[in-house]
Amino acid sequence: MMDVPIEALLFFLLLVTALTVARLRDLYAASMMTAIFSLLSAGLFVLMDAVDVAFTEAAVGAGVATVLSLGALSLTGSREAKKRAQVFPFVVVALTGAALIYGTLDMPHYGDANAVIHSHLAPDFIEGSAELEIPNVVTTVLASYRGYDTFGESFVVFTAVLGVILMLYRSKKDAS
Amino acid sequence: MSSYLGLWHYHACILLMMVGLFAVISRQHLVKKILGLTITQVSVIMFFVAMGKVRGGTAPILETMNHDEVVRQAHDVVFSNPIPHVLMLTAIVVGVATNALALSFVVRIKESYGTAEEDEVLAADHADSVAESAKEHALESEAT
Repeated sequence: MMDVPIEALLFFLLLVTALTVARLRDLYAASMMTAIFSLLSAGLFVLMDAVDVAFTEAAVGAGVATVLSLGALSLTGSREAKKRAQVFPFVVVALTGAALIYGTLDMPHYGDANAVIHSHLAPDFIEGSAELEIPNVVTTVLASYRGYDTFGESFVVFTAVLGVILMLYRSKKDAS
Repeated sequence: MSSYLGLWHYHACILLMMVGLFAVISRQHLVKKILGLTITQVSVIMFFVAMGKVRGGTAPILETMNHDEVVRQAHDVVFSNPIPHVLMLTAIVVGVATNALALSFVVRIKESYGTAEEDEVLAADHADSVAESAKEHALESEAT
């Protein structure tokens, strides 16, 4: 129960940051605000006991992604043209949000220890982690139980890097 | 109504996701759309991680490696569910990889069209197709 005020504060700050990103026309400032958004969310991940997710988000989300978007902005220009507001996006977003909130109504409550997802695989993974002698259960699942998944992930990253290189190399050749 | 109060973390995540989605749909600059996509992605990740939280639980890191100790510890200490954490670690890294690819597309579009605003790119495409069909039309009328 002690966590609730901190969580509410962090969620409020996240909401303010997200709205600022959506409103700002200066895109350098907007990408810095996105980095702040990632860091604040890392704080929330710690409160939700996901320490591994928190430091990955802080390093990759706030670090690498910001560098990438700043790099892209230096090549594309950083001012967004002013456009008149439209009604259609508001309607789409409101409908999507309403549908999603309706979908959560029969979910187990936040932090409920009797929720179904806590009773099947997770206890096995925690015991298995001891057998494999790895203290961090997340590491065990990532590198051992779901090792192929992680291998596939590195393949996805490789493909993406290949795509970026081909894309930018081609454009340089065309320019000359 | 008070029985829904325990769901407010999920609803807060959905609210954040809506802001990100709004930026993706309504903003015209392509980099801004990608920033909105980042916000949406972080919110969805947060939603999944929130489902793995157990109240009074702690991060899923064992203090001892002895099997019997662990079984005993699993009764005393409550761990939050590690599975959403693992899945979301993968999602973060893949998300940044796709982000990088999307940004390189934007850079390429800027080089070809001279602008990174979506409506101007579409207008340029439209003008191209109009000019092309006019040209075809002229060729056809020349032939007849």
